[in-house]
Amino acid sequence: MVYLTRIEHFNAAHKLYNEQWTREQNEVVFGKCANENWHGHNYDLYVTIKGEVVEETGFLFDVKILSLLIKQFVLDKLDHKNLNVDVEFLKGKMCTTENLAKAIWQQLHPHLPPPVKLHCIKLYETPRIYVEFFGD
Amino acid sequence: MINFVFYFENMNKKVSVYRKEHFNAAHRLNNPAWDEQKNDRIFGKCNNPSYHGHNYEMEVKVTGVPDAETGFVIDLKMLSDIINENVIEKLDHKNLNLDVPDFSQLNPTAENIVIVIYNVLREKINSDLELQVRLYETPRNFVEYPVV
Repeated sequence: MVYLTRIEHFNAAHKLYNEQWTREQNEVVFGKCANENWHGHNYDLYVTIKGEVVEETGFLFDVKILSLLIKQFVLDKLDHKNLNVDVEFLKGKMCTTENLAKAIWQQLHPHLPPPVKLHCIKLYETPRIYVEFFGD
Repeated sequence: MINFVFYFENMNKKVSVYRKEHFNAAHRLNNPAWDEQKNDRIFGKCNNPSYHGHNYEMEVKVTGVPDAETGFVIDLKMLSDIINENVIEKLDHKNLNLDVPDFSQLNPTAENIVIVIYNVLREKINSDLELQVRLYETPRNFVEYPVV
């Protein structure tokens, strides 16, 4: 088994705000992140896939194709966007790093040809905060 | 006696000290005097009307001769407090276009942000000390002001 990671990045605006709650309640729970006018981040995305090396190519998976899949299904939809407003696959979800990592998994997972498997989505919201999602 | 000699050997030597801080914010690049087509052509994805955002990292450089009594160019804790009170609290977790009056008529490019930050800090730091600010909009795009 080999693990291969592609590192990508995008930047986006968001806010942490539960529409079911009052503004005061949002500010208590989410603090500065609840700013109604949004704030933003440079996100760094680590996509790790796993599988066996194919003898003829020496590859686990063509990284150029992996890069194109990430671009088409993730980056083109998130980069320079407002996560709460512009992104179809985040509609109705709280735009936390946790939910974003899970949603990125859902976006990519169906497009990886077996036997290649998605292993981990690691997402940095800032250089000091990241989450990991392993699909379970 | 040794310290005294050390002092005289170093009394005119300038040193630069640096403080790194960070904030994150939303913004968009847009010139209201242009139509949307021209804004899209010049500013591309950065013109998204719903905004996008960045983790900004800043390095504040203060240059001067260390004080004879303290050995400091500037007390870095004091510098940190000045930056936090006057810059970070104003910009962090904000929408630069909507929440920060400096950018109500000024496009919040990295270039314009660094000049605004410099002007705010320049008023708060002893004029005997030189000041320069470097601002990273992304790990790969950064600007510096003033140019020396």
